[in-house]
Amino acid sequence: MTRHRGRGIASVNYPIGMNLGGDPSQALVHSNPSGKFTVALSSIDLGQGMKSVTRQICAETLGVPVEDVYVDTADSDTGPHCMGSFASRGTHRVGNAVMAAAREARGVMMEAAAEELEVNAADLETDGRGNIHVRGAPHRSISTKDVAIAAQFKQGKTISGRGIFLVPLSDVDPETGEMSPATCYAHACLVAEVEVDDETGEVAMIRMDSAYELGRALNPRLVEQQLVGGAWMGVSHALYETPEPYYPEPVHGPRDFVEYLMPGPGDICPHDIAVLERPAPDGPFGAKGPGEMCANPVLPAVANAIFNAVGVRIDDLPITPEKVLRAIKAQGGARPQPRR
Amino acid sequence: MAKTALQFQHNGRDVAIFVDGGTNLLVALRELIGDMTPKFGCGQGGCGTCSVLIDGEIHLSCLTLAETVAGRSVETLDGIKDGPNLHPLQRAFADNFAAQCGYCTPGMLTAAKALLDRNPQPSRAEVVEAISGNICRCTGYEPIINAVLAAASGGRARA
Ligand code: FES
Ligand code: FES
Repeated sequence: MTRHRGRGIASVNYPIGMNLGGDPSQALVHSNPSGKFTVALSSIDLGQGMKSVTRQICAETLGVPVEDVYVDTADSDTGPHCMGSFASRGTHRVGNAVMAAAREARGVMMEAAAEELEVNAADLETDGRGNIHVRGAPHRSISTKDVAIAAQFKQGKTISGRGIFLVPLSDVDPETGEMSPATCYAHACLVAEVEVDDETGEVAMIRMDSAYELGRALNPRLVEQQLVGGAWMGVSHALYETPEPYYPEPVHGPRDFVEYLMPGPGDICPHDIAVLERPAPDGPFGAKGPGEMCANPVLPAVANAIFNAVGVRIDDLPITPEKVLRAIKAQGGARPQPRR
Repeated sequence: MAKTALQFQHNGRDVAIFVDGGTNLLVALRELIGDMTPKFGCGQGGCGTCSVLIDGEIHLSCLTLAETVAGRSVETLDGIKDGPNLHPLQRAFADNFAAQCGYCTPGMLTAAKALLDRNPQPSRAEVVEAISGNICRCTGYEPIINAVLAAASGGRARA
């Protein structure tokens, strides 16, 4: 029995959101008499951090502290329409909608503040700490709370905004068939190192090294969290998870977590990640999306690493020990490729 | 079917309930006592999110007959914090981004507490071993392992 080391590489060009145009999401932002703001969405935060990142985007656009923004998500009765949380579209699509809504609400807030301070709204700026003042004259100031109260109880204004983000439809060139299926691409490259046991067909992850280019990382810790967890999911798809593990009949499929396999804490490997930031022209504050793409490069990189280790090319996922072993047997033994 | 009277300690408080024969501890805690911190994941011992401590030892409450805890002490995540103050493990989970959807978190924290209670300075391998009965879909485990190690070293270590 020998264990063979192999290294594989894969790169990904990842279009953010659904292709071919459309793919809308909406947001509504309004102030409360306390001077705090509510963002209404029907988008769902499954733990990726959509609430945190839309909160940051809203606060930054309004010019108020992040603590003053509350995001209400996941209810299509109370929030405006969203296509959903998938395709790495949350930060980009929903973020853009929130930004548009917050910009409109900021416009009303500045008008209301101008009326209170008896100045022109164009001369006002926010300090990001909950105050609005005359540019160059910080003492001529009013708190966002007082503006919200004045707008509500005196001026009869709603400080609110509506936002939608819709990708323009891309026309097909009748001559060439050419079109632009997406407006925003993220990129990744990942090197996987594996060890393949030629007696059992088992594949162990040794390490991963990756670079992810995802526009501006609006919340670096959340981005890191996505990349670490997403790459684990990539390993899981590459080597473990399947509803039809060993037999062609779905009735023989897994029924529980004992049969539906995923890598446990003992199966993970060191993963060194570099985040590259190239702001997207049409992203909120330059953000793209770190969601689905975290997992994608892992699968081809692992398949390539297995080929490099024992010379078998498995193109059917997941790459179970059984498939590796059958392929090694079929070619009469492991054939390690030149180390790369 | 006749119900059985059952008394035990729930997070340090005496509780008394009536259970049907065959009721498991997870159902007793959630439906009869109203402690929603142990979660139902699989109901068959495969995921660990229903973990509780019985006399300090970790058990899967979905596989524990409620009647077997008579007179014993059951600790759940509900009792882990000290008033408004988070337990150091909870703090470390937050600081290390060790929860995303949060479904595995009660079981992970319970498994980690069981470990640190008997081994306050565990190695990485011991942490991995301690949480290996718990499935997490979101985090890739690395942040959870880091959080437990950080809590063990007094929260000083950063991921
Ligand atoms: S619910 Fe008890 S182990 Fe899954
Ligand atoms: S945080 Fe989602 S299952 Fe662990």
